[in-house]
Amino acid sequence: MTPPATPWDRAALALRLLAIDPYGLGGLWLRARHGPVRAAFAGALGHLPHPVHKIHPGLSDEALFGGTDLAATLAAGKLVKATGIANKPGILQLTMAERATPGFAARLNRLLDAGTHAILVLDEGAEPDEVPPPALTERLAMFATLDGVPVSAIARIKIPDVVPGAVCLPGEALDRLIIAAASLGIDSLRAPRFATRAACALAALDGREEVTDEDLQTAAAMVYAHRAIRFPQEAEEQQEQTAEPRQAEDQPPARQGDAIPEDVLVEVVQAALPPDVLANLAHARTSRAAKGSGGRGQVRKGNRRGRPLPSRPGRISSDNRPDLVATMRTAVPWQGLRPKPDHVRLAIRTSDIRLKRYEDKSDRLLIFAVDASGSAAMARMAEAKGAVEILLAEAYARRDHVALVAFRGKMAELLLPPTRSLVQTRKRLAALPGGGGTPLAAGLQAALELVLSAEKRGLSPTLVLLTDGRANIALDGSANRAAAAADATRMAQAFATRALPVLVLDTGTRKSAVLAKLSIALAGRYLPLPRPGAKAMSEAVASALEN
Amino acid sequence: MTQAFPFSAIVGQHEMKQAMVLTAIDPMIGGVLVFGDRGTGKSTAVRALAGLLPQIETVEGCPINAAVPEECPHWADVSPTRLVKRPTPVVDLPLGATEDRVIGALDIERALTRGEKAFEPGLLARANRGYLYIDEVNLLEDHIVDLLLDVAQSGENVVEREGLSIRHAARFVLVGSGNPEEGELRPQLLDRFGLSVEVTSPADIKDRVEVIKRRDAYERNTSTFMKRWRAADTRLRNRILKAREALTSVQTSDEVLAACATLCATVGADGLRGELTLLKAARAQAAFEGEPEIGVSHLKAVGGLALRHRLRRDPLDEAGSTVRIERTMEEVL
Repeated sequence: MTPPATPWDRAALALRLLAIDPYGLGGLWLRARHGPVRAAFAGALGHLPHPVHKIHPGLSDEALFGGTDLAATLAAGKLVKATGIANKPGILQLTMAERATPGFAARLNRLLDAGTHAILVLDEGAEPDEVPPPALTERLAMFATLDGVPVSAIARIKIPDVVPGAVCLPGEALDRLIIAAASLGIDSLRAPRFATRAACALAALDGREEVTDEDLQTAAAMVYAHRAIRFPQEAEEQQEQTAEPRQAEDQPPARQGDAIPEDVLVEVVQAALPPDVLANLAHARTSRAAKGSGGRGQVRKGNRRGRPLPSRPGRISSDNRPDLVATMRTAVPWQGLRPKPDHVRLAIRTSDIRLKRYEDKSDRLLIFAVDASGSAAMARMAEAKGAVEILLAEAYARRDHVALVAFRGKMAELLLPPTRSLVQTRKRLAALPGGGGTPLAAGLQAALELVLSAEKRGLSPTLVLLTDGRANIALDGSANRAAAAADATRMAQAFATRALPVLVLDTGTRKSAVLAKLSIALAGRYLPLPRPGAKAMSEAVASALEN
Repeated sequence: MTQAFPFSAIVGQHEMKQAMVLTAIDPMIGGVLVFGDRGTGKSTAVRALAGLLPQIETVEGCPINAAVPEECPHWADVSPTRLVKRPTPVVDLPLGATEDRVIGALDIERALTRGEKAFEPGLLARANRGYLYIDEVNLLEDHIVDLLLDVAQSGENVVEREGLSIRHAARFVLVGSGNPEEGELRPQLLDRFGLSVEVTSPADIKDRVEVIKRRDAYERNTSTFMKRWRAADTRLRNRILKAREALTSVQTSDEVLAACATLCATVGADGLRGELTLLKAARAQAAFEGEPEIGVSHLKAVGGLALRHRLRRDPLDEAGSTVRIERTMEEVL
């Protein structure tokens, strides 16, 4: 079978393969917003030969793994157990997957690893960085997107009624699949495993016993396209860049792919997904930030830890804790009215249940906006990089995330997306650009965009602005001092409305009145730091944050 | 999947397998941390370990897997104290598990329906005398990490909440895995793992092909595949059992002790835990090889495992810890 030509065909083929070998393939990651196209696709799910259960990211452990049915237990006065989805093999349809937490993904991964379930992940992410947890998508063989597919493209999906037979892959085909994965920069061995299963399912789909060359190509296109880190021509460019010894160390001789003649499989994979989809996926890969746990950012209310708050009515699940005393206090006044069997001393209804509530703090994100313009740029960037690494190394206990935006020439660039990983920081900050004009407004704008997306993810951002000069490039890229200053002030005011902690570090040799004024517009603190060292900078930031 | 992938059938990944075998010989080494990219066989190895380990004898129905009836806690209410053999427990601690599930809590159902104050044991109780496996340990919530540190150190789980006052034994080997690109681990927890391993996908295409072939054979015909590898697994299990017996009789010379201390001091490992772990791991290695005495070769074999995660991290040093340790071992030993 030849590789699918359109996105709809791709999605349809993925679903048909899933119908043949659901547990071997793990599932399908479908990126699509709500709409008639997705609805038409979802309609085909009903024809699958396996039971389909709908789940959502907020699903409790009881619903997933089974447990006590509390309402029934209280009504009956004896323990009533409910079976969970984990005990019912089948295909799970996970809606709003981009909102799934790593914890939820970890639970689903257990089901996938056990080989009893397959998952259709419906990802409704709007932004490129809104993606399901990578630990989950890694375990799903295929990816398809329905965004931008016109209604006219909808066609009926014929769900096949075959089982994968004893199709065996010729040994040489397996080698080719593995080599293709290696030359696409796919390190995970799950990918070639999925590709072999997909090739066998494709053969079964056509009712053949033998896997053909076309099957292999299609399997590679379905499984590898969204995982590919780089394509061969990029690899050559990368090779030139990796003259530095450090990078060579990061990339062990695993990359034999460079030496291997290009396989037609690689070309097929490359053609399988539109370039913009690939770009977005690459972005999602790099910007995946560890969504860990509590830090010292903004207050958020929860049920598990932090400072206690008054309890409130709710339903018991494994994610929350009941407040027993409050529950009983609620139940007691009603005892005279409630009929109760002799052995029951206190009749408690579901409505009496009170849950504990706590207040705790979210993670903080330190955004460094660094002026990479002018002659002192290289030194300043290097020190900023050092400060970022020191802060990260110290950030374990503080649970801070760090991001770095550099602005120079005419625009700003997000060099380091929010991360807590020292490894990733080193990789991404290995080469730092410098020189050119000072587009302060653009830098602030990029930082503001980062702030907005970070707040959406529940992080509490803090801005650290590192500059020594005045803005000389306006937002539109023109070298107009007056307009640049006006734009910078405007952006600063936009920042001030977010009421974020802001620290302006003046790295110039003399104090700059303009910067002091800007920091007032930003509603932040101004700190002259004429000879910034990485150590001094990280200390200044740390002490400013303590206050 | 009822049967885990056989341990001996894992291709390559010698360091990871070595680390797991060493903790199986001497659980006091204190846990393994496996860091590496996705799809490199981390979870497979841990689940395979469960199948490899020898069975333990426990009191039937005892929630903490006690070896003798006297050790079984009174709150468990185990009446016929029969001893049964069961596999070494390997308990999964999922991300986002609540404190209640980990340490145990008041049994809410019994409290609400029958008005009884009863303790519902958590994952730590189930992991006693076995393994506690945490996938993506670097994403684990702070308060759970604190809790685990406390229990791992004391070997005892203390529950003081909601009117309960219960303590029970919780001695387990912590196995954590994670991807360093997604976040670092706090040094306090890092130090608590005895050994650490960095895994990557096999570099050789032939190895990769072999991995896929074996996995495929396993999935297609599990029972035949298990039969084929049973002998190898049994051999390894017997070697582990023999090494366990030999462990106490392995001699340690003063020179080896001095070499341990010099090595740790030279690489700048914090605290004495590094030295102790290095010594224990070397002893287990010697026992595994059937040697009567710890030699320098054993120290070399486990030096990277035992020390690489204990170095004080210098954020501006580009070379990895492994390289630093290997360099130092060449110089010192």
